[in-house]
Amino acid sequence: MRKNGFFSLLYHTIFIGFIIAPLVVVMLVSFTSNGFISMPFAEGFSLRWFRAILDSTGIIRAFWFSLWLGLASATAAILLAVPGALALTRYKFAGRGVLMGFFMSPLMIPHVVLGVAFLRFFTTLNVTGSFVWLAATHVIVIIPYALRLVLSSATGLDRDAENAALSLGASRFTAFRRIVLPLILPGVAGGWVLAFIQSFDELTMTVFVATPGTTTLPVAMYNQIAQTIDPLVAAVATVLIVGTLLVMVVIDRLVGLDRVLIGKQ
Amino acid sequence: MADLAVGSSPSPTKRKVSDNKPGMAPWLLSSPALLLFVGLLLVPLILTVLLSFHAFDGSRGVLTDYTLKNYIEVFSDGYYHEIFLRTGGLALGVTLLCVLFGVPETLILARMKSPWRALFLIVILGPLLISVVVRTLGWAILFGNNGLINSALMSLGIVSEPVRLLFSMTGVAIALTHVLIPFMVISVWANLQKLDPQVESAGLSLGASPFTVFYRVMLPQLLPGILSGSIIVFALAASAFATPSLLGGRKLKVVATAAYDEFLNTLNWPLGATIAMLLLLANVVIILGANRWVERRFSQVFDT
Repeated sequence: MRKNGFFSLLYHTIFIGFIIAPLVVVMLVSFTSNGFISMPFAEGFSLRWFRAILDSTGIIRAFWFSLWLGLASATAAILLAVPGALALTRYKFAGRGVLMGFFMSPLMIPHVVLGVAFLRFFTTLNVTGSFVWLAATHVIVIIPYALRLVLSSATGLDRDAENAALSLGASRFTAFRRIVLPLILPGVAGGWVLAFIQSFDELTMTVFVATPGTTTLPVAMYNQIAQTIDPLVAAVATVLIVGTLLVMVVIDRLVGLDRVLIGKQ
Repeated sequence: MADLAVGSSPSPTKRKVSDNKPGMAPWLLSSPALLLFVGLLLVPLILTVLLSFHAFDGSRGVLTDYTLKNYIEVFSDGYYHEIFLRTGGLALGVTLLCVLFGVPETLILARMKSPWRALFLIVILGPLLISVVVRTLGWAILFGNNGLINSALMSLGIVSEPVRLLFSMTGVAIALTHVLIPFMVISVWANLQKLDPQVESAGLSLGASPFTVFYRVMLPQLLPGILSGSIIVFALAASAFATPSLLGGRKLKVVATAAYDEFLNTLNWPLGATIAMLLLLANVVIILGANRWVERRFSQVFDT
């Protein structure tokens, strides 16, 4: 394999700079002591905007709402994705391809279209502002991510141990719980984390159906940035960047980050 | 003991056979997800299609009779032509930028040594897990008239007046390229993993210049990955909402922000539903059409 020359490495440096520049800038700006967007170098370094987050009830409430929404919808998504993935990997049946396409279709539908459709549906049923219904729409959006990771760990699973357990008198559920689940656990755990992140970050669909009582953190940040950009929103973004980095470390330990980001290796 | 039990019981083989003739089992297992998808995805989408065929009256709201009025309005009004053309142009531009900058970077990445390669791959792909709102906020700060980019350009004497990046299509295209380029890297990277690295060395050792090797040997083999990456980037760019909305401002509407405005500002839901349905239709046609074309054109590459 050839090595990278000087110009390749120069290009690489510029490319990496391009990738991290907006994230670094957000983090730098959030440490300013000024009341407006500015670099912290000349005017002095301050943590006042991080303290201000704690006093901002709207942001705090939206954060907790997003957290519960993500936990609930990721858990529901994985509970639906595991049996679905087992059905898709262990059986050859008519309609398998269609079913797979149907479960993956939210990846192909623009989130604006989903937002429009859910808003229309919610007003028809008169359930706007309900946590459960919002979580259900998030489940639809994140199921493809959960399903893909569970599928990748359930494909080509050795079934000898499971068959042995069944022949020794274990019930189907016991065989699943004691044999199959431990084998696919990395995929299940990785799928849950990825589904949680997708739910926590989701903006475009949620912005249509969110009400003042069901405002998620991305929606609250979007509404804020659409009016004016202040160091407070940069500080919130910094917290999110650092939080995401921590989650990435956890994913890397659980399943390997490359497997989550790129797919099967 | 175990051997005896397995030997005496024919059930394992029996169960395997029954798995091959599954009956209701797979449908039973996937029924919870299937019910949710039918009830909360299919039904709302059908309702939205129906909504797009209703007329709307400013004072009386959504009327009950069916009409093609909304579609005729979108197809005949220059205002919507401009929005759809702007969206298509943006998506095409972002796709080209992602190919132009993403492909060389992936090749450089593939040549790196072990710890660096994994590290930089994570640096490039990791932002996918960070909210688009956060990434767009970063570009909004960089693009402002007193932002870092304009301060740098002016202090270097390259420009004397601030360049208009915020609320311009150039700015939206740059930020969207940043948001979507990881998808191109993933696609080309996955393609690259399937190739034999020896082929490149063979070309070089037989006397071809690095450029010829890239153009004649590497590029044809990477084309499927580049094309499937392009399909993903194009589809996501065409339906992007947050970045065009926050960096483009009110005047530079794209299809997604136009649908949002019809629903939450103008409150003309049938027209908003029409715009959304046209976006969905264009998306599905482009994704499925391009995918089929790529698979047929490069079937031999996918088979190997």
